[in-house]
Amino acid sequence: MSLSPIEGVALAEIESGGDGDAPRSRGVVGRSPGQLALARLRRDRTARVSAALLVFFVVVALVAPLLSIVYGVGPGEDFKDKLDRCCGMPLGYLGGISGEHWFGLEPGTGRDIFIRMVYGLRTSLLIAFSAAVLSTALGVTLGVVAGYLGGWVDAVITWITDLVLAMPFLIIALALAPTLVLRFYGERDAVPEAFGVGMLIVIFAVFGWTSTARLVRGQVIALREREFVEAARASGAGLGHMLFRQLLPNIWAPILVAFSLAVPQFITSEAALAFIGVGLTDETPSFGRMIYRSLDYLQTDPAYVFFPGVTIFALVLAFNLFGDALRDALDPKSSR
Amino acid sequence: MDSPEPVPSAQSDDRPGVSEQRADEAPHLRVEDLRVRFDTTDGVVRAVDGVSFSVARGRTLGIVGESGSGKSVTSLAILGLHDAKRTTITGQITLGGRQLVGLPDEEVRRLRGRDMAMIFQDPLSALHPYYTVGRQIAEAYRVHHPGASRREARTRAVDMLGRVGIPQPARRFDQYPHEFSGGMRQRAMIAMALVNDPDLLIADEPTTALDVTVQAQILDLLTDLQAEFHSAIILITHDLGVVSQVADDVLVMYGGRAVERGTVEQVLRRPQHPYTWGLLSSVPSLHGDAEADLLPIPGTPPSLINLPPGCAFHPRCRYAGRNGDRSRTEVPELGPAGEAGHLVACHLPAADRSRLYQEDVAHVGVAR
Amino acid sequence: MSETEPLLRVRGLSKHFPVRTGLRSRGLVRAVDGLDFDVRAGETLGLVGESGCGKTTTGRMLVRLLEPSAGTIEFDGRDITHARRRELRPLRQDLQIIFQDPYASLNPRHTVGRIVAMPLQVNGIDPPGGVRKRVQELLELVGLNPEHYNRYPHEFSGGQRQRIGIARALALRPKLIVADEPVSALDVSIQAQVINLLRDLQRDLDLAFVFIAHDLAVVRHFCQRVAVMYLGRIVEIGDRADIYERPQHPYTRALLSAIPDVTALGPAGRIRLAGDVPTPLDPPSGCRFRTRCWKAQDICATEEPALVPRDGGRQSTACHFPEGESAGTSPESGPVAAAGPAVPVQATATAESTAPAGSVGASGEEVAK
Repeated sequence: MSLSPIEGVALAEIESGGDGDAPRSRGVVGRSPGQLALARLRRDRTARVSAALLVFFVVVALVAPLLSIVYGVGPGEDFKDKLDRCCGMPLGYLGGISGEHWFGLEPGTGRDIFIRMVYGLRTSLLIAFSAAVLSTALGVTLGVVAGYLGGWVDAVITWITDLVLAMPFLIIALALAPTLVLRFYGERDAVPEAFGVGMLIVIFAVFGWTSTARLVRGQVIALREREFVEAARASGAGLGHMLFRQLLPNIWAPILVAFSLAVPQFITSEAALAFIGVGLTDETPSFGRMIYRSLDYLQTDPAYVFFPGVTIFALVLAFNLFGDALRDALDPKSSR
Repeated sequence: MDSPEPVPSAQSDDRPGVSEQRADEAPHLRVEDLRVRFDTTDGVVRAVDGVSFSVARGRTLGIVGESGSGKSVTSLAILGLHDAKRTTITGQITLGGRQLVGLPDEEVRRLRGRDMAMIFQDPLSALHPYYTVGRQIAEAYRVHHPGASRREARTRAVDMLGRVGIPQPARRFDQYPHEFSGGMRQRAMIAMALVNDPDLLIADEPTTALDVTVQAQILDLLTDLQAEFHSAIILITHDLGVVSQVADDVLVMYGGRAVERGTVEQVLRRPQHPYTWGLLSSVPSLHGDAEADLLPIPGTPPSLINLPPGCAFHPRCRYAGRNGDRSRTEVPELGPAGEAGHLVACHLPAADRSRLYQEDVAHVGVAR
Repeated sequence: MSETEPLLRVRGLSKHFPVRTGLRSRGLVRAVDGLDFDVRAGETLGLVGESGCGKTTTGRMLVRLLEPSAGTIEFDGRDITHARRRELRPLRQDLQIIFQDPYASLNPRHTVGRIVAMPLQVNGIDPPGGVRKRVQELLELVGLNPEHYNRYPHEFSGGQRQRIGIARALALRPKLIVADEPVSALDVSIQAQVINLLRDLQRDLDLAFVFIAHDLAVVRHFCQRVAVMYLGRIVEIGDRADIYERPQHPYTRALLSAIPDVTALGPAGRIRLAGDVPTPLDPPSGCRFRTRCWKAQDICATEEPALVPRDGGRQSTACHFPEGESAGTSPESGPVAAAGPAVPVQATATAESTAPAGSVGASGEEVAK
């Protein structure tokens, strides 16, 4: 934490290296900047709470099949018998909440909302994480190459970045998704779940790398002229060493932050696309589809919109808070 | 050093703006037992730990020290530019008879720029890049002269630019900082600092960022301007050469404490503290034997969070063992070093000091 | 030193940077413009000058971090001016650099051990006894605790970091080290430690140095020969004793007298140059120093003085009116006196934008009137 623009404070950080034995007896193994950041993160309460929440969500998503067994209901099962005959509303209070159906039942289909949400979480996180990994990998590669090599390579990559940024994401997604589906499957064919999920991941990755690429390119350009990079160059280091040994370790921090902020963005995007009917079919459990369907019942069955809505809100909030905390921990000087 | 010295208390009945008449007699700025502490996550930083000095009008005090010696913090505390939330300041700072410690921020702000001004090391970051140089100087004038019209302020600013040796000041008035060269920028900074005729000018490493030939110009300029404006100047620097050129008095700081104080003649010609000796013998010089090794001070400057007990300099001092455990356990007081006005904070007996200096230091490097 | 063949031979070395606004080229900055000098094995050459004189650019060209625009660099008899990375490989081991900024020059994410081992690793060298042993030897050599192998740069002070940078430069046992302002970012008491260390290493390992600095006093303690640069040119080059005791170029003399000297109390320097260094984008015609020179005549504006040997060849000066061999010319005779009003220095019409017409600005009173 830089506290005041005053000499001497910074010395506190440096001091421990004093030749005469350092006062703190932590042996001769130094603490890396990463370890220091981790220690800062541990001290941050927001980070701890949001991390705990994230771990909870991820664990739930991972053990969804197990939960399903324990809970005794599968994601595809329906309980039409527990709906009223006339308009398909769940019987009982608050959308049919009961000991068997913790969050009640979906009106119309009679599926169990809790287990649909557990599986929806699985879908959401799978899509968001995969898309974030892909887009980050793409963005980092292109950004590093553009930033380090410069010249025409940089010009071309920057141009592509601008091009992608200029394309309206929603409209292209709206146009692209049905076309893709039709390209591989007939109009009447059942589209497998995996295809829908994979398609979304690819669409997100293709549109999502630009910000990471820009960020990384800027960082690399700033680092490229640093003297430690020149020192490696003066020793005859090749491209691989320069990129992976010298540069990348110094831009992990912003990449990590970008990644952790990309995940919630993809979660909401997936929900938004599902909401406007692009991507996943009704078979695949998904927050977006659930919220879309629940709007018809906003008046008659508010519990249906309440549970998925609150969960996705909590999920995205936790990710964003954690991303911010991570940024503060990794780069204490830029915080606030 | 733990017990504050009895201080001639400057009572608060000194009304603002009065007691000008005795300025030339009494020191214009008097700092008594100043202590500055910051609270940080790593611990308490004792940036300044019981420092006293005074500067009269027309005199220049050089404060010498390395990074982390507390020399810059001292100046920020005088100007009230510290971060009030994390900083604790105790002691007395009396400017023209007026106690500054504990004064409300608003009043200190009003004094700043009018009665005391600062010149920074890096004029490029101290000047706002989006406003013309002249406008910034004129603004600085109008802040303290609310009655002045724009035209008056401009006339004053152009006049100041001329006085600090900027050619064609009327044309330069409308240029931006990036259109000035390094030396010209520092001149503009000085013009801005002097625009309200402050009685106290604090220059924090004013020439460190400049080339030697330009540094020489700026130091000459400061000397000339002092003769003209008769202000008190505090010059903060790590460069003993700069001090030797322009200072009348010298204060040597180490680890937030004053280790030696006296006239420039006393401190540079007959230094009494082993740290001062070290500084003098480690500076490369243009004279003497170029092949001879420099005599560096071993080790590194201490952390202000974790000062060595006793004399803060003892881990780096060649003579620390001569007093048994005293250097390690007892903080030396700043006391008389022999000549009038010459003070030193060292456990070595005075006779030993002059003998050791003659034997070990005087023949090395510049200290001859 | 007795060899006739120099280790490093530089001829006509130049670096021109194009200046652009948008796509349009606005000409060239001649950052370095035709340098000639030699460095023999085990010799230390100081490259001195103010900001913008091109000394750092020169150093970076020598280790091939920058591509020279013109001229040749011969190292150990081979032309390396435009050698590619693979051709340079074997030479890299002989030619290393130490940087100015002890904070920027070490990768913050690497341990000290990795930093010092980097040149070995990059060149695929496995020293006898292993990399770790060699690195620890190097750390010891530069006065660091070899146990600190696994620490990170942020745990060291500025002086210690500079030692790490020196250990890295020594890892390949080079013959020539380019040291770019290696002590100017350090505290006074630490500077002397590092200078002494470099001197010891230079003597013990018989290293040749190109020592880049703005501080003539530091250079005097380290270098046997000194080249003074101004605006991309060498204006004077010679042995230490010649440069410091018998400077012939007005600029060298001005630099020397501008250094604040602890031994002299009160305003010491006698020569005060007016104005700042002109921008290298548009250097003065003829002799580049003429806008700040008190000796400038008409010929200085039209004809560029060549760097010619004087005094039997050891010392070369690029000046139309060098200080004569007769030692009678005392420094006080010509130059602007500091105390009195500035003697109007030869004003020139082709003033550059930042410090026009060098004459004014030397003293406050003069302008104030």
